[in-house]
Amino acid sequence: MTPEKSVGSPMTAQQILDREFLEVRARIVKIAATLDRIDRSAAPTADAERMELIRQGLLLLLGNAPDRARQVQMLFSLPYQTDWPQRLGVPLENRG
Amino acid sequence: MDYFDPHIHMVSRTTDDYATLARMGCVGMSEPAFWAGFDRGSAASFRDYFRQLTEFERSRAASYGIAHYTWLCINAKEAENVELSREVIAMIPEFLDRPNVLGIGEIGLNKNTKNESIVFLEHLDLAAKYNELILIHTPHLHDKYLGTRMILDMLVSDARLERHRVLVDHVEEHTIGEVLDRGFWAGMTLYPVSKCTPARAADMVEQFGTERLCVNSAGDWGPSQPTAVPNFIFEMRRRGHSEATIRKVVYENPLAFFRQCHRFQFSPRQ
Ligand SMILES: [Zn+2]
Repeated sequence: MTPEKSVGSPMTAQQILDREFLEVRARIVKIAATLDRIDRSAAPTADAERMELIRQGLLLLLGNAPDRARQVQMLFSLPYQTDWPQRLGVPLENRG
Repeated sequence: MDYFDPHIHMVSRTTDDYATLARMGCVGMSEPAFWAGFDRGSAASFRDYFRQLTEFERSRAASYGIAHYTWLCINAKEAENVELSREVIAMIPEFLDRPNVLGIGEIGLNKNTKNESIVFLEHLDLAAKYNELILIHTPHLHDKYLGTRMILDMLVSDARLERHRVLVDHVEEHTIGEVLDRGFWAGMTLYPVSKCTPARAADMVEQFGTERLCVNSAGDWGPSQPTAVPNFIFEMRRRGHSEATIRKVVYENPLAFFRQCHRFQFSPRQ
């Protein structure tokens, strides 16, 4: 993050809420309806891993962190490890 | 407001789209070489594509008063075929003196594989040898974070590359900080359905500032909106951001990045 360069939001929290409330409400209902649809489908879902990701994603929204969007993105991301060049067999030494 | 779309695939758009973009204030665009939706069969097919990018699209755009620039490469999806990739990379220098070519792109990763990495490194070598600007595609969805970190590792491993001459595209909330902090340019790609929206792009401008940051539409043959940059301008205005702040992101920044290419020429509207 480079907060010293941020331009900030010209809108107040109240203005943002006024503008976004119905949109957020609609999205929450949409997620609720989707979860209901999964639950009442004939065959129970075998994909426990993705259901757990959804559950964890929803929990992140309830936190107070200032970067919830980044945290949700990371939750749904493959992990990065610094030794990938060795594991993949793509040496990065002595280039250029 | 006059603006640039620094990443739009006009070969998949209609002439009506050119007319719409011109009416909305688009004065320039850059079109990276991309996947056609199917794997091309030979290097000759790329030669024709590069002619389309450097000749036909340029004149199609010009008839609507839009300056068209382009980037050349074999994209990450076709990079699994290393042999074909090497043939294409060897051919690219034939086109590097064409007036609307800005550099090498969009190169990058798709599924973060060994072959994609090898071909990416060979493109970087080409760019370094010819002192070309670089435009980078980062993977989507769950591959994006890993792929972006791999790309940054490969970029910094080559001491010949100057970071201010590389733009890393399709950044989102979890990758933008790393790209900007390391001195690269960053592009936010706006999609109508999944991925980044105009509102989230405006959020990132508010958090990360306007330095070295651009927005683009991607406007390709998939679900996409060629008018996404005007949508971003509208979102920024609705929030009350100044015209100067908006103009920096959609006009001055792409111009400043492109001006680093020695072939780049552009006459602003009077
Ligand atoms: Zn693209």
